[in-house]
Amino acid sequence: MSRSDVLVDADWVEAHIGAPGTVIVEVDEDTSAYDKGHIPSAIKIDWKKDLQDPVRRDFVDKTGFEALLSDRGISNDDTVVLYGGNNNWFAAYAYWYFKLYGHQNVLLLDGGRKRWELDSRELTTDVPSRPKTSYTATEQDSSLRALRDEVIGAIGKRNLVDVRSPDEFAGRLLAPAHLPQEQAQRGGHIPTAKNVPWSKAANEDGTFKSDDELTTLYRQDAGVDFGKDTIAYCRIGERSAHTWFVLHEILGLANVKNYDGSWTEYGSLVGVPIELGEGK
Amino acid sequence: MTEQSGCGAPAGGVTITKDKAGKEAIVEGHVLRDGAPVGTGYARLLGTGDEFVAEVPLGEDGGFRFFAAPGDWTLRVLAPGGVRAECAVSADIGQITKVEVAV
Repeated sequence: MSRSDVLVDADWVEAHIGAPGTVIVEVDEDTSAYDKGHIPSAIKIDWKKDLQDPVRRDFVDKTGFEALLSDRGISNDDTVVLYGGNNNWFAAYAYWYFKLYGHQNVLLLDGGRKRWELDSRELTTDVPSRPKTSYTATEQDSSLRALRDEVIGAIGKRNLVDVRSPDEFAGRLLAPAHLPQEQAQRGGHIPTAKNVPWSKAANEDGTFKSDDELTTLYRQDAGVDFGKDTIAYCRIGERSAHTWFVLHEILGLANVKNYDGSWTEYGSLVGVPIELGEGK
Repeated sequence: MTEQSGCGAPAGGVTITKDKAGKEAIVEGHVLRDGAPVGTGYARLLGTGDEFVAEVPLGEDGGFRFFAAPGDWTLRVLAPGGVRAECAVSADIGQITKVEVAV
């Protein structure tokens, strides 16, 4: 994988609005954003209602994912172009999720909804109608997703990249600063984790920094060993999906996993080691 | 009490059900152009050295809200047309710091 295989810019998306075989998908937690205006021809997926099991804390299963994509009119052969707000956090999460279930042709709009809006490009409230399909997913690709026991076993052995803000990493906050401070039972970070906030990988307009800048950020500045396997985490797994995208899809590192349980799970586990402060 | 649905940034920021900060250090306000709300744009909260802290899209009323750590912050606004504006804000536990940004 490299940047050109996984990222497209707004001009490319404008040129592919309504193109056969291309499905533009907005993924936001705040679905009212889509309802107030979206890229022409785009459909929406709600990361929580559509992608999370309504009872257990887990993803919808393979059958559920197949039903979702069939209902939204997405075929196995379609190129899915994802974009969203929050600097593409949830779009990157959906990208990772689509890859988890084996969809091959997925792209991310560089800069997402923010860049599109700041460019004053067209938004519409028209909701497209797409004929249903019969989508077939693969079993989850376990090489992309880390679960808690694997994370605990990775302490001191693999790269652990905590992509939350420095205040969350140090244990001073439990959630990003635009949200109330609740959630996990304890603050802090997983011992040996490097703190590379997701935001350092993005420019102010939401686009990703250059390959050279990203390499310098993770390898030189943060000391992430590119020769080792890596697990990225945040609070609930969507900011770390952004970092997973950078490391695995843009920079092409092998063996990068996203720990979607992240701090809301780890910070509530009984008996696991936690480190406070700025990291060592 | 607060309302929360996850880890995203809803337009304007998460609502608070009472006009009280409780244990939070809240920074909130509106972005205006010639007295009218700027409904498309982004508010970013930055720390020392422009370190990114948080960002929310502006609400239809130009509103934004952050739940910050106590301290001094820079508030930067981005809007279409290359519009940028910023100001210094302070946050403290139990306080709602109100800010009005003109662009």
